Amino acid sequence: MAQLPVEMILVRQLAGYLYVPVLVVDTTSTVVFYNEPAERILGVRFEETGRIDPEEVDRLIELSEDPAAGPDEAGRPLITALQQRRPVHVRRWLLRRGDRVRLQVEITAFPIIDHDERQLGAVAMFWERQGP
Amino acid sequence: MKVTPYGVRGSLAAPGPATARYGGNTSCVRVTGPDGSVLALDAGTGIRSLALELPSGLRRVDVLLTHLHMDHIIGLGFFGPLYNPEMEVHIWGPASATLTLEARLRRYLAPPLFPVLLRDLPCNLELHHTGRGWFSIGAFRIRAARVCHPGPTMGYRIETEQASLAYLPDHEPALGARRFPLDADWTSGFDLAQEVDLLLHDAQYTREEYPRHVGWGHSAMHDALAFARLAGVKHLMPFHHDPGRDDAALEAAIGAAVAEMNPDFPVTPAAEGRSLELG
Repeated sequence: MAQLPVEMILVRQLAGYLYVPVLVVDTTSTVVFYNEPAERILGVRFEETGRIDPEEVDRLIELSEDPAAGPDEAGRPLITALQQRRPVHVRRWLLRRGDRVRLQVEITAFPIIDHDERQLGAVAMFWERQGP
Repeated sequence: MKVTPYGVRGSLAAPGPATARYGGNTSCVRVTGPDGSVLALDAGTGIRSLALELPSGLRRVDVLLTHLHMDHIIGLGFFGPLYNPEMEVHIWGPASATLTLEARLRRYLAPPLFPVLLRDLPCNLELHHTGRGWFSIGAFRIRAARVCHPGPTMGYRIETEQASLAYLPDHEPALGARRFPLDADWTSGFDLAQEVDLLLHDAQYTREEYPRHVGWGHSAMHDALAFARLAGVKHLMPFHHDPGRDDAALEAAIGAAVAEMNPDFPVTPAAEGRSLELG
């Protein structure tokens, strides 16, 4: 498998140290890395799955809009970050399909663009909401 | 392909009797191709001596800068071909997100740091922003890629029909890794170094020194060996020796790392003037 750009490698290293769940995708929307906190969101372990294609992510979790959130960005935050090369922040319900647990989350997604303005991928960070 | 180090020291020149065996000049390596093409890898203090030994008939030389830290460019102002109107000098190196390579070099080649302006150099000077990917110089095919080191930093893979070389003088692929090495696809510099005949790689610190220097952009000797093993290189030349390490200490430190790691490839600490013929 070809080596990833150093920017993506450094994003992974940073994600490995963070408390919040982080997904890193390449330009094809394949999840190339998720950190340990994200394993709790997805219900699988990176050491066991390695990369996950977008269809597999859909089999693991389902995102639905949160009507209580008020006006919000429509669509999938990572796709928006990748296709529109801009950051997004949304509120969603996340259903973990394996055990049907529902989590209320805020998601920050942003593109990874290098010095040559080449898009390399995107990052999604999940902030679990506590209380109402 | 002939590879000759003219400067092997990292961070700061360290001349004197205690470093005479390996040399005290900062990063500079000459690579001579089968067609006589000459590359100078980095422009540390060693590049002054490199210039003195260029063939008299040579009309073009290419300087490949990995990055613009001072120990890699400080010799540029003393590089003879820049002052020769008959010479064609090509300087390759990284731009930053906001500055061109020329603008970045002008910060050094201008007062108050240097008396001669870049634009006043009499040679035929061409500057090339080195992006990712392949380019050719004479008989060389060269691949450049960003590698893990503070600021825009390139590593180079240089190939001819007969041989291959990777030059990663300032490189900290173990940065942030809980275990090292990770898989090849998650290891900075892997594609450049994969199965090369010779890898010149940062090995500034001992394993004991490294924890006090994490994030400075340099490697422990053990990590350089592990990286070389992962990449399947045929020969490792530890490079960018710490300026505080004298010859005896350098040999002892690298010897200890080699004894512990037991690599299945030769390991030869880079030394000024000690050439290797590849291919």
